[in-house]
Amino acid sequence: MLAVTDLRKSFRSPEGETVEVVRVSAWSLAAGEQRALRGESGSGKTTFLHLLAGILAADAGRVLIDGAEMTALGESRRDRLRAEKLGYIFQTFNLLQGYTVLENVVLGMSFGPRGADRAHARALLERVGLGRRLDHFPRQLSTGQQQRVAVARALANHPKLVLADEPTGNLDRRHAHEALTLIREVCRENGAALLLVSHDEDVLREFTSVQDFRSINQALH
Amino acid sequence: MTLPLIVYRSLRQHALSTLVTAGSIALACGLLMSVWTVKTQSEVAFTSTGTTFDAVLGARGSKLQLVLNAIFHLEASPGNLAYADYEFIRRHPAVRAAFPIAVGDNLRGYRLVGTLPELFTGVELAGGRKLALQPGGRWFAPEAHEAVVGSFAAARLGLKVGDVFHPFHGLVYDERNQHAETYTVAGVLDATNTPMDRVIWIPLHGLQTMTGHDPRAATDVSAVLIQLRTPTAGFMLDMMYNKQGNRLTFAYPVGTIIAELFSKISWFDRVLELVAYLVALVAAGSVLASIYNSMSARQRDLAILRSLGARRRMIFGAVVCEAAAIGLLGALAGFAVYFVLLAGAAEVIRTQTGVVLQVAQRQPVLAVCPAAMIALCALGGVVPALKAYRTPVAATLAPLS
Repeated sequence: MLAVTDLRKSFRSPEGETVEVVRVSAWSLAAGEQRALRGESGSGKTTFLHLLAGILAADAGRVLIDGAEMTALGESRRDRLRAEKLGYIFQTFNLLQGYTVLENVVLGMSFGPRGADRAHARALLERVGLGRRLDHFPRQLSTGQQQRVAVARALANHPKLVLADEPTGNLDRRHAHEALTLIREVCRENGAALLLVSHDEDVLREFTSVQDFRSINQALH
Repeated sequence: MTLPLIVYRSLRQHALSTLVTAGSIALACGLLMSVWTVKTQSEVAFTSTGTTFDAVLGARGSKLQLVLNAIFHLEASPGNLAYADYEFIRRHPAVRAAFPIAVGDNLRGYRLVGTLPELFTGVELAGGRKLALQPGGRWFAPEAHEAVVGSFAAARLGLKVGDVFHPFHGLVYDERNQHAETYTVAGVLDATNTPMDRVIWIPLHGLQTMTGHDPRAATDVSAVLIQLRTPTAGFMLDMMYNKQGNRLTFAYPVGTIIAELFSKISWFDRVLELVAYLVALVAAGSVLASIYNSMSARQRDLAILRSLGARRRMIFGAVVCEAAAIGLLGALAGFAVYFVLLAGAAEVIRTQTGVVLQVAQRQPVLAVCPAAMIALCALGGVVPALKAYRTPVAATLAPLS
């Protein structure tokens, strides 16, 4: 499902030095698998997810998603591949504040191959318990509810892979558990692989497959 | 569905700047359309008014002054001509009809014009219409102290059939210069949408012999309005009066003389147009500035959209469409500005000259100007759209992700 080979990414620091953030020689994730990556803040895990999602272009290496080589594509094709194959859940949810709950989910679908399907978006939002909040704006929702919108949006396009970047980082323990359960359930129901990064041990304990990001990232920063 | 939704939500999110910017575009668009329409419509209206008569004969002087005085009832008369001169031109074989007029009095600022009753039956307005009276009225008798009042003057002065008034001496109203005579309103003209609507018509003899007027000029007339049998006759009379004679002026062709007037004031049109174009440019610039300045607030949304799979060109298109949508809103509101400005200008022109502009008439500028404004705004959106196009997704999302 997801395979990484010799992936490298460096940034230039304000002092003008080149800082290597990601260097992963070989790493993979099977279809439908759910795995957690443990990593401290600043360890490069968000950059790693951005590289997997094609939001960032790699300096070198390959990322294969469902047979398509993300790293060989231009930006426009990467956008398309992301819309077709990936769902992304951000720590801060990154909901569009000027759009309703339903519009947030529908917009997430509209860039994908199936296009906007309001009925499916409604069904998903009902599945995550927000059937009565379709016309609300994100600011009118609790943090936990916003997280659920982000989950629904990430899964709306029937992605093969869901990337979750500290998805419970802004939630208290009870809501974090609920959100995590929901993400895992919905991914399972949709047959999507899940890669979640977190530094929260409570979260990591929920996964049977946990990897330390330092063990796969050989960057020396 | 996606692009309109993004544009709509962005406009809603920045509602205040959208409204302010659209307002400035509305002003620019309305100003451009109204300047253009007033210019073209007034030229057409003045020229068509001028075609009621082919030529004007008057005292030696400016042809334009003669036409403005005799046909548009503006300006002072360049002088008088003898009744014999009127008789001569009336009998000239090239002349189909000639109507003498005399001016020099007013009623609270509205001109009294002395003429013969034949004018009312002989005049043919644009479209072949004849002069007509409102119900209950009749033409004045040649020797009676009676008046036929133009529709606009009657409305403004509150005159109706049977009303009696004292004329005032001079073309400018001065309450101290009241004449002793009284005149009775015999009829009110139907609206002609020409300067005739602003005139109070009385018998020629009455105006010539009004108390206080120079008795030596009791048979003089101010001008003669002429309809020719053929256009070529005008050039013959032009030669006779203007080139071979030096006592009278034959203003012909009237349309050309009016066109010269518009040519003389065309610099004013150009200045107005230039101002309107500048306002349009400033409005387009304000679209650019308003969207560009809000880009830092929008960048996060744009980055989120990109992270969801929105292509760069869609983001670029969304910003350009938003600019065009602001232009569209402004252009639509511009029609309200246009109608207000045009109605105001038309009222001023009607009050001052009697010429009526067709406010509701379709003009090409009403399609061209809004379209150009929308295109200009879309062009103004290109710069912020490029900035949006270049939004670094990871860097914009990174601090919070």
